[in-house]
Amino acid sequence: MLINRKTFIQTGTLASASVMLPGFLQALSRKPSVPPGNKVLVIVQFNGGNDGLNTIIPVTNDIYYRERPRLAIDKTKTLTLTDDAGLHPALVACKALYDEGNLAMLNTVGYPNPDRSHFRSMDIWQSGSQSNEYIYTGWLGRYLDEQCSGCDKPTQIIEMDDMLSLAMKGKNYSGIATTDPKRLYNSSNDPYYKQLIAGYQHGEETADYLYKTMGDAINSASYIHDKSQLQAAGKNYPATELGKNLRTIASLILSDINTKVYYVSLGSFDTHINQEAQQKRLFMQFNDAIKAFTDDMKAQHRFEDVLLMTFSEFGRRVGQNASNGTDHGTANNMFLISGALKQKGFLNPLPDLADLIDGDLKYTVDFKSVYATVLANWLGADDQKIIGKSYSKLKFI
Amino acid sequence: MPVTNRLKNQHLLWRAAFGPMAENAAALDTIKPADLWQLLLETSSSKPEKLEVADNLIAGLSNGVKDLVALDKAGKMDEETKKERQQKMRQQSKDDIRNLNILWLDEMINSEAQLREKLSLFWHGHFSCRVINSYFQQELLHIIRTHALGNFGDLLKAVSKSPAMIQFLNNQQNKKKKPNENFAREVMELFTLGRGHYSETDIKEAARAFTGWGFNLDGKFENRAYFHDEEAKTIFGQTGNFNGDDVLNILLKEKQTAKHITSKLYSFLVNEKPDESKIDWLSSRFFKSNYDIKYLLSDIFMSDWFYEQKNIGNHIKSPIELLVGLRRLIPLKMENDNAQLLFQKLLGQILFYPPNVAGWPGGRNWIDSSTLMLRLRIPAFITSSEKLNIRAKSDDDVNMGQTDAAYRTGGIGIDWPAVYKLFDSIPREDLVKAIADVLWQTGNRPEAKMLAAFVNEQSREDYIRTTILRLMATPEYQLC
Repeated sequence: MLINRKTFIQTGTLASASVMLPGFLQALSRKPSVPPGNKVLVIVQFNGGNDGLNTIIPVTNDIYYRERPRLAIDKTKTLTLTDDAGLHPALVACKALYDEGNLAMLNTVGYPNPDRSHFRSMDIWQSGSQSNEYIYTGWLGRYLDEQCSGCDKPTQIIEMDDMLSLAMKGKNYSGIATTDPKRLYNSSNDPYYKQLIAGYQHGEETADYLYKTMGDAINSASYIHDKSQLQAAGKNYPATELGKNLRTIASLILSDINTKVYYVSLGSFDTHINQEAQQKRLFMQFNDAIKAFTDDMKAQHRFEDVLLMTFSEFGRRVGQNASNGTDHGTANNMFLISGALKQKGFLNPLPDLADLIDGDLKYTVDFKSVYATVLANWLGADDQKIIGKSYSKLKFI
Repeated sequence: MPVTNRLKNQHLLWRAAFGPMAENAAALDTIKPADLWQLLLETSSSKPEKLEVADNLIAGLSNGVKDLVALDKAGKMDEETKKERQQKMRQQSKDDIRNLNILWLDEMINSEAQLREKLSLFWHGHFSCRVINSYFQQELLHIIRTHALGNFGDLLKAVSKSPAMIQFLNNQQNKKKKPNENFAREVMELFTLGRGHYSETDIKEAARAFTGWGFNLDGKFENRAYFHDEEAKTIFGQTGNFNGDDVLNILLKEKQTAKHITSKLYSFLVNEKPDESKIDWLSSRFFKSNYDIKYLLSDIFMSDWFYEQKNIGNHIKSPIELLVGLRRLIPLKMENDNAQLLFQKLLGQILFYPPNVAGWPGGRNWIDSSTLMLRLRIPAFITSSEKLNIRAKSDDDVNMGQTDAAYRTGGIGIDWPAVYKLFDSIPREDLVKAIADVLWQTGNRPEAKMLAAFVNEQSREDYIRTTILRLMATPEYQLC
């Protein structure tokens, strides 16, 4: 065999066993390219199509109240942002972030020829494609391809999940999915896998690719596990799934891990029936987790390095349905939360409810503009190369 | 490594079928590949039995939507009841589709019509359709299984007139003066010519020809003449008052259609790296045969080049190929059917839920660190009681009925003796190689010395069983 079976190398300060890939599979092993203090992006995906109009409420809009006789939220109950807009009552922490100047909001973000199917619209958002093209890589996956070219651990992107979403799949590299770095480490740290890799001889291209992916996965799991042990996050996170996930993310941000993007989901916001209770429950989870996370980042003086962004595959229709819910719609709003915002509060006007297409909002900002802004101005990447087209940049960062 | 007779036969069985099965794998040392191919053709020669799952509520929509419409017209149904009924139907439909999924999987595993089911899986991805109506899906699957080895033109026409596809690609809404181009676009881009071989004008004109094609409340195709645009259309330079059938015939007259279908099949059956001269040769013969699918398949599987080393062991098994192949070699029953769906979901290929109209991209797209590491653990999950501690993503389109892995994911009643029998005549010191020869299509072979630490060496049976499971828990086993 080509390689001595016992060539385990020691990495990281906790010295867990990492696996050495045979030379022909091993690209230049680089030092983590992201020094501490560098900027990270945290994406919170609202699954199922969050109702944007009951998130940022147009409190002086008669059409809103007329179209939603039972679902509209009364002005006095909302958390006042401006004369014309209020936040959903459960989003107390977001209101506080707004008051501090750490929250920006984009209205009517979407894309041309919107698709109202969950899976298709989510694919469009995650791949960063046009609505009539099919792309099997994600916008963050393509960012990873650029970042990780020749690297041995694709840990620049971590999704807090057991399955990896399309957004994080690149052509050559894909992000790492885990809800629990320790469990990921335990399941991949099998001596059998290491023996397989050590004994593997150069073979057919596809087999090499699988071995390389396996080696990367084992190394990444070990690296993430090491880093997750280094720094304890704050203690005040709620015991919800989102709370736990943001706590794990915080502990990784506070370590010197090379991760640039964290991805986490919350849902389901698919509120066709009895929307009020469901949306409120999810917003309370979001609110409490976000409060703990932003407090933690502030206390650790890292809030200026963190940008948290929310999105959903679509918004919902302007008019409520007969079941006290709302059906699938189109354009929607996004939250941008950071200690380093250059523009705060509302970045563009509230939706024009008098100018609809078949009862749905018209988009005014292409979501790919938001991606381009984040890629270029926050992650320092070549947005045009990654998105495949040039989009005008926004100015919030 | 030389290409042995066994390797050639297994290659044929993995590409034209779902891999060798325990009961007949021993014969693969001796039978000639050409004879095995004839056997595959013969066993798939009969007409398939329809897999029926649709609940009465959904079947024909007759007891469902018709009722709803009647009640609604009579003004007897308030919005709430209507919504409730619709929701009930949706849930029933999803449950039916789940059953259809499991029934079809069973066919793939146990049916002797392996070639037909394998090609049906190909067409299921080619004519990718995602609608939540179990009756429509059931009928479309039957069309595909009926024509899978027949004439491509017949298949194309039957699929184009299936309510499933009409609904999925919005032809129900395609009416004169208000054309919907979705079907016309996809039929050219995906089903026949491929991207770049038509103009936007061709699509606009073809869409007008398809106006009126729809389905009725019985869930049957209906040519609604009153919605059809009777004006002249010009498609690929030909002008006439074309209807939908005319357009499909025009598309079939284009050699590019034969080329596109041949390229896709070559990638699925032979090698993802195209060999243009082979594809040209195959597609011109396919075209001349008037789209006889069996003729094209025979050209591929009777050729010498199909059995060349470079075409063997380089195809990443799709999740369905992996799960079905494993269960063909190791006969077992799943204790809980939901586990079969959970595996499909976690690995990224759920039958009847393709990602979009372009189907599953295949190849390296199946692989990321999560799916690869799970693939390595699946043999252990299926053959033991090891608990699967992995959750699938919530999906607002696909309600899989059960949440999480609260059920057992393992198989029961595993027929190990059938597997042991395969290796009866092999001396113990040759077992590792013999097992690898059955499981691995790649050129490398494992070292017994390395495996020793990871297998149970007590009895011969223990040794065979644990070696099989270890050799399945490898990157090599992901390839065929």
